[in-house]
Amino acid sequence: MHNRNIWFWLFLTPVILGLGLVVVVPFIYGFIFSFTDWNGITATKFVGLQHYINLFQEDEFMASIWFTVKFAIITVILLNIMGLGLALLVTRNIKTNNLLRTVFFMPNLIGGLILGFIWQFIFVSVFEDIGMLLGVESLTGWLSTTSTGFWGLVILTAWQMAGYIMIIYIAYLENIPKDLIEAAKIDGANGFQRFKNITFPLVAPAFTVSMFLTLSMAFKIYDQNLSLTNGGPFNSTQMVAMEIVRTAFSDQQMAFAQAKAVIFFFIVAVIALTQVYYNKKREVEM
Amino acid sequence: MKKNTEKRNLLSIEVLGIILGLIWIAPFYLMIVNAFKTKREIFSGVLGLPETLNLDNFVQAFIDLEFLKSLFNSVLITGVSIVIIILFSSMAGYALARNKSKLSGVLFLIFVAAMLIPFQSVMIPLVSIFGQANMLNAAGLIFMYLGFGCSLSIFLYHGAMTGVSKTMDEAAIIDGANRFQLFWYIIFPLLKPISVTVGILNTIWIWNDYLLPSLVLSEANATIPLKMFFFFGQYTKQWHLALAGLTIAIIPVIIGYFFAQKQIIKGVSEGAVK
Repeated sequence: MHNRNIWFWLFLTPVILGLGLVVVVPFIYGFIFSFTDWNGITATKFVGLQHYINLFQEDEFMASIWFTVKFAIITVILLNIMGLGLALLVTRNIKTNNLLRTVFFMPNLIGGLILGFIWQFIFVSVFEDIGMLLGVESLTGWLSTTSTGFWGLVILTAWQMAGYIMIIYIAYLENIPKDLIEAAKIDGANGFQRFKNITFPLVAPAFTVSMFLTLSMAFKIYDQNLSLTNGGPFNSTQMVAMEIVRTAFSDQQMAFAQAKAVIFFFIVAVIALTQVYYNKKREVEM
Repeated sequence: MKKNTEKRNLLSIEVLGIILGLIWIAPFYLMIVNAFKTKREIFSGVLGLPETLNLDNFVQAFIDLEFLKSLFNSVLITGVSIVIIILFSSMAGYALARNKSKLSGVLFLIFVAAMLIPFQSVMIPLVSIFGQANMLNAAGLIFMYLGFGCSLSIFLYHGAMTGVSKTMDEAAIIDGANRFQLFWYIIFPLLKPISVTVGILNTIWIWNDYLLPSLVLSEANATIPLKMFFFFGQYTKQWHLALAGLTIAIIPVIIGYFFAQKQIIKGVSEGAVK
């Protein structure tokens, strides 16, 4: 091996070790052990597809998947509407636009765990007091039922991440040539026509990017789930990520939990690969 | 005439923006206001202002959170991880971009593909393997952050390398520099803008990470989010203390955001759109 290759490998060794020992080896190891009776340390025999058959029959896991899917669909729609709305707002020529960007983006910098605790206070105490003050009964008892827990998680996530999606839309909106808009104005196009015929088509790629980004974020949420509802009441607001953590570290069923983790990987990978496919297709069209 | 309607439109947009902005920060406002109240005051209402500006809650939360210690742990773990990620990922991005062999292409693809794997899919074997190697400690955690953080970072550095001309390399080699000198004195400084982006993206994630430290660190070495979790569990139904603790935990982030706002928003935008 000559000199050229030695430095190539020297430069790559740290990250190959890092990715290898932290991601690749555990991933393969976990995949293999999901077909055994592994207890986290040793495995004594192969059980074939037994864990995979069991997990599809386990109500709790399937419920967590449906809960996550419902949550993901609603947050993706909401986040994109809010993100685009906020982006359109702060790209207008208003005095406060920088300050507003700062404010809308701020929740993204704070961890989901802390934000979940803050919103627990908002939903439980603040909503209660506002509800009593205005005599609105539906504002009381939040997070104590499945549906208020669900909507609590949606509101928290939308509030936390809308600023992030806003940043993505801003990047695309600011790339729209100003003279295009001016030309349309001179031609007599009104605000709605300008949005529909110029802004929207040019911002459409941002929609693909942020839709998949939010979709995979929504699927992987754990911290907010833990601190806001802790899966309750009666595990009815438990998302997939939390269900896997609990199967492993509370129930100590390592191999079974790992089988769920493998299924989880396939779901997330399919979402991500679909995005890659669409992006490539779009680039070809452009 | 037309100018006037446009001005009026902008004014109403401005007002709408300000109202939304206030709604956005309302949770933080409510947190801070109630953190000053006594338990009795919170019980009688959370919407009003506190009777006095009493700092007792903050003092107790500060002590119970062992805040200086948790802050130190968070700074140490995040800081060392970021330095390591920036250094090793930039080296790797450079090596992969300069070597045009098939193997180099395959390695790059593996690094990018690893981004598809969600944390929960490797978490259980990871903890098991590192546990058996006695590496469930701060050093092990930092190494794990390198493993999880290097993919996106290498991807960003690899992309940035297209803007660095190869003549740089050749000139330095002719002048007698070895590869490390060439990289450190010539290439790395040119990659500074992307290093800022890589640093910001990884800081946001590592600073706030809860699940991985909860599986790796003992309570004695807890970072802020981990300590916050224990603290909150201790004070359920005692919102006056819990809210004071949450306020304290957020302060370092707000200070960081205040000073590096522009870079943060730029970094996040670059990381997301690419």
